[in-house]
Amino acid sequence: MKNFLQKIKFDQWKAWIYLLPAVVLLLIFTVWPIFNTLRMAFWNGYGLFKELGGELTFEFGIKNFKWVVGYGGFITCLKNTMLLTVLTVPISTILALVIAVCLNAIKPFQRFLQTIFFLPYVTNSIAIGMVFEAMFNIVGFGTTMPSYGIINNILGVFGMDPVNWINAGSSYWANIAVLTVYIVWNALPFKILILLGGLQSVNKQYYDAAKIDSTPRLRVFTKITVPLLSPMIAYVVITGFIGGFKEYSSIVGIFGDDMQAVGGESLNTMVGYIYKQLGANHEGDASAAALILFAIIFVVTMINMYVSKKKTHY
Amino acid sequence: MKIVLQNLTKVFPSRNKKSNEEVVAVSDLTFTIPDGKLVGLLGPSGCGKSTTLYMISGLQKPTGGQIFFGEDDVTSLSPENRGVGLVFQNYALYPHMTVKQNILFPLQNLKGADKLDKNTMLERALEAARLVQIDNLMDRKPSELSGGQQQRVAIARALVKMPRVLLLDEPLSNLDARLRLQTREEIRRIQRETGITTIFVTHDQEEAMSISDVIVVMKLGVVQQIGKPQTVYDNPVNLFVAKFLGTPPVNVFKANVKGGKLYINGEAVLDVPGVADRDVFAAIRPEGFIPDENGAMTCELSSIEVMGRDVSIVSKNEAMLTPTIRSIVDADYKVSATAQNVKFNLKPHKVFIFDSQTEERIYFGDQTAPETGI
Ligand SMILES: Nc1ncnc2c1ncn2[C@@H]1O[C@H](COP(=O)(O)OP(=O)(O)OP(=O)(O)O)[C@@H](O)[C@H]1O
Ligand SMILES: [Mg+2]
Repeated sequence: MKNFLQKIKFDQWKAWIYLLPAVVLLLIFTVWPIFNTLRMAFWNGYGLFKELGGELTFEFGIKNFKWVVGYGGFITCLKNTMLLTVLTVPISTILALVIAVCLNAIKPFQRFLQTIFFLPYVTNSIAIGMVFEAMFNIVGFGTTMPSYGIINNILGVFGMDPVNWINAGSSYWANIAVLTVYIVWNALPFKILILLGGLQSVNKQYYDAAKIDSTPRLRVFTKITVPLLSPMIAYVVITGFIGGFKEYSSIVGIFGDDMQAVGGESLNTMVGYIYKQLGANHEGDASAAALILFAIIFVVTMINMYVSKKKTHY
Repeated sequence: MKIVLQNLTKVFPSRNKKSNEEVVAVSDLTFTIPDGKLVGLLGPSGCGKSTTLYMISGLQKPTGGQIFFGEDDVTSLSPENRGVGLVFQNYALYPHMTVKQNILFPLQNLKGADKLDKNTMLERALEAARLVQIDNLMDRKPSELSGGQQQRVAIARALVKMPRVLLLDEPLSNLDARLRLQTREEIRRIQRETGITTIFVTHDQEEAMSISDVIVVMKLGVVQQIGKPQTVYDNPVNLFVAKFLGTPPVNVFKANVKGGKLYINGEAVLDVPGVADRDVFAAIRPEGFIPDENGAMTCELSSIEVMGRDVSIVSKNEAMLTPTIRSIVDADYKVSATAQNVKFNLKPHKVFIFDSQTEERIYFGDQTAPETGI
């Protein structure tokens, strides 16, 4: 018995050794920053004075939070983030589901098509943003004869007037539309991959049974495919929301560092706001904003989990 | 509605291109199931029973041959339009639906003139559930049911839409003995009452014999014999069928025919008039032995088992090809348990002889080939 206990102890000890590199890295790059964020967030005015030099001590309080929430820019960022998330998560999920089901039904070229749909996933999102910018662009606007990007040309084919999507003077909603298209397109591959994997692991016999039961196609989709995929759909939605709240690079990709069209409304998001505060050496405010973002994501994820528990099967 | 299968063949292509190992799951199957009959499809594992059902249901396309429902050629009709009920070998209940939803599902798919209102659907579902005694489990999910309960849900789901054709793929394999007997009687009763043409797959020959109007015995995708259960039992066309039917199984011996007599282990045990001299297999049903002190066939006694009405004599013999010789005789026969040997006379109509090469039946005396078909 004693021998046995010793063995367990030794095994545990060994296990810790094996874990050590990972634990050390986690402590340095995850745990410490989190702890530091907490600390900075609750030190009133942290950052601003620190830069001025000297060993200042900071008062403990929630002034940073007050300042962040009170400052108009943050509310705009919050609004933009929420809007983009609420628009893109459902659209991309439904699209991904439809594409996955279609892909799964195609036998020839399935691998090839799968690869094509997966390409955006391995492409840099800033680069994609620049391509989108070109697609929606109007070149030579205002000074010379305008020449349009491909999207406006396509609209022209259908006899529609060109839209000022992203250039100077473009409207907020045009900007949001472009961002929505971009974010959805960027989010599709991962979702398709997950849902396709789910589809391929569904027992074919359920579909056989549905055929025997003379089930119409649409009903097979809504009553069998979707419920059987519900765990994957829940996963995709939850990660989609989390990703949506962290949206940032897409806006930089299309609109650049200013995160707005020239003369347009700000398209800044929460993560963008945090970066800006950091850049301005407002570490205290950045930390407070990060914590607020964390709280929002936490609450939304909890709601998601609660809903999906009620709605998913198994 | 009668079902006609004509030269039905299913070949599964080989997995990899190099080895040319096609699987012929069903080969040249031809038979007619008369309207309203219950047919038992019988055979060892892997002989193509499920494949046959899948082809009739439309889930698998035949490689060759045709299927008729009544006068209609349904060979290329999709399963949705065939109106069959199928109980899958592994149930295939929808895992995310309750028992009630599972049973209601086929009804909710009915269209046009067949469309039912909610209450009628519920009533029909409950009725089907009651038939298989699961009406108290209506709100459970399949994962919360035992294997046998799931199987009964599957039966209810297949029955509820009153299909034109009911296909049952080993629907009772997971039930306990009593429930099995009960459900099989239920299925028989429902089938008689509704007159739904039914195919019942099983590898339990007793089950098939007891409820079928007709049995079809298959081996490696090829039909061996079709006929009324009793006919097939009494008059098997080859050694495989003889061995496959009957509990306890038939006793098989190496034997030969010489001068119109059947010799087993050197003893002339039976007159077989009209058979040329040759090596044969002799198969004797357990009830074909008559113990007799002056009997023609000598066996070494192993044990005697008394089972109520009957006595089962277990013995051995040099020529036997089955592990033991089991004979069932009336309890009136007194056999001494201490005796070394036991002697039998044989009932000629319980003895079948088969060619030692082809294993095909050789008829002797007043034995005649059974009527084929139904
Ligand atoms: N999809 C398939 N691809 C290749 N071979 C198959 C396929 N389905 C069945 N087979 C083969 O066809 C033959 C018949 O299979 P089937 O399922 O009809 O047997 P069965 O009589 O129902 O057996 P069991 O009593 O075990 O259910 C088997 O040899 C099996 O391996
Ligand atoms: Mg089978």
